[in-house]
Amino acid sequence: MAHVSTLILLLPLAGFLVILLFGRGLSERAIGSIGTGAVGLSFVFSVVTYLDLLSRNAREVTVTMFTWFDVGGLHVSAALLVDPLSVTMALFVTGISALIHLYSIGYMHGDRDFRKFFVYLNLFVFSMLTLVLANNLALTFVGWEGVGVCSYWLVAYYYDRDSAATAGKKAFVYNRIGDVGLLVAMFLLFSRLHTLSYLTIFNRAGTLTSVAATVVVLSLLLGATGKSAQIPLFNWLPDAMEGPTPVSALIHAATMVTAGVYLLARMAPVLALSTSGRATVAVIGGVTAFVAATIATSQRDIKKVLAFSTVSQIGYMILAVGAGAYSAAIFLMIAHAFFKALLFLGSGSVIHALDGEQDMRKMGGLARFLPLTFPTFLIAWLAISGIPPFAGFWAKGDVLTNAYAYSKPLWILGVLTAILTAYYMSRLFVLTFRGTERFREVTHGHDPHESPWVMTVPLVILAVLTTLGGVIDLPWIHHNSLAGFLDPTFGYLPLTAHASTGAQVGLAVVDVVAALLGLAAAFSIWRNRVSSPTYERSFLERVWRWDDAYDATIGRPLTRAAQIGDTVIEPRIIDGAVGAVAGGVRRSAEGLRKAQSGFARHYALAMVLGVSVVVVYLVARVG
Amino acid sequence: MHSSLWLTVLVWLPLLGAAAALLARRRPGAPYAVAVATASVELALSLVVAVLYNDHLAGAHTFDFVGRWVLAAPFGLAYDVGIDGISLLLVVLTALVVLLALLGARERRSEAAFVGWLLMLTTFTMGSFVARDLLEFFIFFELTLVPSYFLVAHWGGAQRSRAALKFFVYTFAGSAFLFTGLLYLGFLHQHQAGGSLTFADAALASTSMSHATAVWLFVAFAIAFGVKSPIWPLHTWSPLAYAEAPTAGSMELSALLAKLGSYGLLRFAVGLLPLALTTVRPYMLTLAVIGIIYGSALAASTPDLKRLVAYSSLAQMGFVTLGIMTGSTIATTGAVLLMFNHGVITAGLFLLIGYIERRRGTATIADLRGMQGPAPVLAGLFTVVMLASIGLPGLSGFISEFLVLVGAFATHAWWAVVATIGVVLAAVYLLWAYQRVFHGQARDVDQIPDVTHRERWVIAPIVAIVVVLGVFPKPVLDRVTPTAHQFVESVTPAGVNK
Repeated sequence: MAHVSTLILLLPLAGFLVILLFGRGLSERAIGSIGTGAVGLSFVFSVVTYLDLLSRNAREVTVTMFTWFDVGGLHVSAALLVDPLSVTMALFVTGISALIHLYSIGYMHGDRDFRKFFVYLNLFVFSMLTLVLANNLALTFVGWEGVGVCSYWLVAYYYDRDSAATAGKKAFVYNRIGDVGLLVAMFLLFSRLHTLSYLTIFNRAGTLTSVAATVVVLSLLLGATGKSAQIPLFNWLPDAMEGPTPVSALIHAATMVTAGVYLLARMAPVLALSTSGRATVAVIGGVTAFVAATIATSQRDIKKVLAFSTVSQIGYMILAVGAGAYSAAIFLMIAHAFFKALLFLGSGSVIHALDGEQDMRKMGGLARFLPLTFPTFLIAWLAISGIPPFAGFWAKGDVLTNAYAYSKPLWILGVLTAILTAYYMSRLFVLTFRGTERFREVTHGHDPHESPWVMTVPLVILAVLTTLGGVIDLPWIHHNSLAGFLDPTFGYLPLTAHASTGAQVGLAVVDVVAALLGLAAAFSIWRNRVSSPTYERSFLERVWRWDDAYDATIGRPLTRAAQIGDTVIEPRIIDGAVGAVAGGVRRSAEGLRKAQSGFARHYALAMVLGVSVVVVYLVARVG
Repeated sequence: MHSSLWLTVLVWLPLLGAAAALLARRRPGAPYAVAVATASVELALSLVVAVLYNDHLAGAHTFDFVGRWVLAAPFGLAYDVGIDGISLLLVVLTALVVLLALLGARERRSEAAFVGWLLMLTTFTMGSFVARDLLEFFIFFELTLVPSYFLVAHWGGAQRSRAALKFFVYTFAGSAFLFTGLLYLGFLHQHQAGGSLTFADAALASTSMSHATAVWLFVAFAIAFGVKSPIWPLHTWSPLAYAEAPTAGSMELSALLAKLGSYGLLRFAVGLLPLALTTVRPYMLTLAVIGIIYGSALAASTPDLKRLVAYSSLAQMGFVTLGIMTGSTIATTGAVLLMFNHGVITAGLFLLIGYIERRRGTATIADLRGMQGPAPVLAGLFTVVMLASIGLPGLSGFISEFLVLVGAFATHAWWAVVATIGVVLAAVYLLWAYQRVFHGQARDVDQIPDVTHRERWVIAPIVAIVVVLGVFPKPVLDRVTPTAHQFVESVTPAGVNK
């Protein structure tokens, strides 16, 4: 079936190919228009696909394009699965991507590799859409690794800066470690269920033993921790802030890093088979949310704060998945995409205004210079802090209510995280927009300037979405809501459906109180401070010394082992033992080098003699 | 069924070309032109054969282009050719790599002797891949040693004589085991079946033997093929030889001659001695996995790009061995496809390293830096081939590796899981090398011109194959899978779950 959904996928691919092959002579305006237009059209077709799906009775449509490979029972098609989950993902991925493409035209203006930036960006959107629209795990893996490699290119975009090059490599390698999990999950599922396509896996999942199901869930979780920057593989994400800010907004906040959440949600029927697997997922999510939030309180680089905030928010989503509240996870994913993209783009606007400065100690008092960035940033700040009526309040509330129903300790951890979230975001807000003007040195005394319209229009649109986004899933509406739409995919309603209205209101009050606590603390501490050793612990600033620990326990020993391999094992042990025959020859070869042909002749003669003896023996024995 | 004439031309045409090149040696440029023309015709012929094999697809599990002539009955010497889905890809690979090796190595490598040896090597390699007779295979297999020895010894780097010697000694010593083994097998068969001595594969496969005999013969075969492939720990000749050989030599050694090893392991060790499999399988799988991890670790710490590719080949060929020894249809198909993909990708890597050497005069990683700024197209080409080697889905390397691992996991889960770690390590050593070579700021930017048009066209086929086979491998797999399936059936005892 030639379905519109294929166009969602093919347009960014076309944009990528056109800019790659024919973009060399084109102006920035043309390249930006092609790139943004392709993704914008892709969004339009996502909407068409969504409406089409609503008009159907069947909520699952498989669109097969061609057979990718078919070997010995392993049949993998390039095929799309159009269902509520994938359409929801496609809608918000293309929508956010289109806005960020538009923003990038302004942000990347005059960059030496403007064309290459849009090449990568369009390829990224194509890969991300492949990831969410694929009807089987192998094709999802294509997108999964595709977004990883685009992320690698875009983090290492300023490749002549060593820190950027290293960060790009780190991002890819950490992702790859996670990919082992996804690969093993595929191997195991195929060996037990003889298929990799989602719907067939779900049909046959009942035959999995509980041990196998748990191993699959834990393997998928490993994959998710890599891609979605969760403990223990979270520490590539802050380094990835080396990339241009639109990249941080699109890839490292709104879309790619949520792929792990998507994957786990997609595999919900398998997760349902393993209680212990799901519990592990929930704990990883809750702990990551908390740990990352503590780290965010002590960062000085505006983008690093946002990066750890992203890790923390995705922790919430993973927690929700573990609690079985898949639609809450997706709700927060969408709301987070709105307000976190807005925060990153706003911070990009700030950085743009300050000629590239990212240290919050050199900001302050920017509110009156950035008349559009300031109010939109304000909305995003209130949203992520959990203040009603912004989208963040509803989405986070949904997650925490479900956490409460699932496990009280994890709920407490979640509320603590909420306090910290409001605190570190308010700190960022105060240090950037309020207080004294500390940027004059950076701008050489000039007033900072607001960004051009291509950059501010996306800010305004995202601000509107952040303000009103909560309506897609209000807790008292059960039909025509996100949860209701996703219900066919996830099979059962989340726990909140059973919670009483009173309990929900009570929990919402707790959320608001937590947010206000954090806000108040931040204002009282940071209103008159720029830095403070008391409130910026170096243990937190150094990311709980996570990198140091990895380096000491894994990185350095492995490097040393490899070096020993290169200098000792390889030349001395293996060459020595295996070359016992050759070793003697090699010694004599030193003297024989001048008469190599003579040596070869001797050797050949010895060979022939030796073989003859063996042959005679064999013939005698056999005959 | 097609005429065996096609294969006969494929095998012997390069030898004629070599003779013509030598005859034309007085005219400058003529030997090179003759060689390129010969290699082009060879590639065209191999593609025609691949296309003709198409209408054989219904019976793709059997041989096509078959012909057999007994040359010297008392010695069991015969000329017996044919191809099936396993050898088809390698025939095309042989023709492709030799043409690219010639095109990629124009300057000062255009002497008659150089192109002559290269073409001669093509004949011997081609002969090995189409041989359906163990003795005939052995003769071609051994003869490849001569031209490759001279290619390394005469046109190699500073340590070329040591490298050539080590390569020669290792391979030759390995062959002694193979020769002994094949004679034993031949005589055993004659003893059982009567009649004259024969080494035809089909005949030898029917030989009955004790389990212990099968194991010993397998070990003998595996040593010979393990040196060539290489299989850990018989690989130590390869980093030196790959690093010291000229670009064309490295391409031939790694892309083609290594495949003789894995091909031999599959076709003869596994194919003729299936009885040994139950015993040797765990050991061979373990060696394969060690090779993957060990090769990757050394690739990460070696200071030279060519040595890096040598160690990476050890790891990649570990995946091939893993697939071959797993012995399911999926894994075997993956292994055969991986032989082809690894050949193409490694040829591409060595070609690109040749481009780098041409610009910087060295392949030492520490001396290269910041090439992406002045040479973005070279960086881009390197990236694509590198990502294929890393196994990025959408490029060719992924599917073969994936099939091997999926197949291996079904029966040998732990080996497959450890091998999967090699997937991470591949990213580590290649990206790290890429960073040190291409990222950062170059010291002498003006010395680094980007790729020329000619260089671009030479690497283009490799990039095209890497992309096309990554997205749409079906036509190739349709040719390999039936043969692999049939092969697996024939070596699996009845009643064993595959």
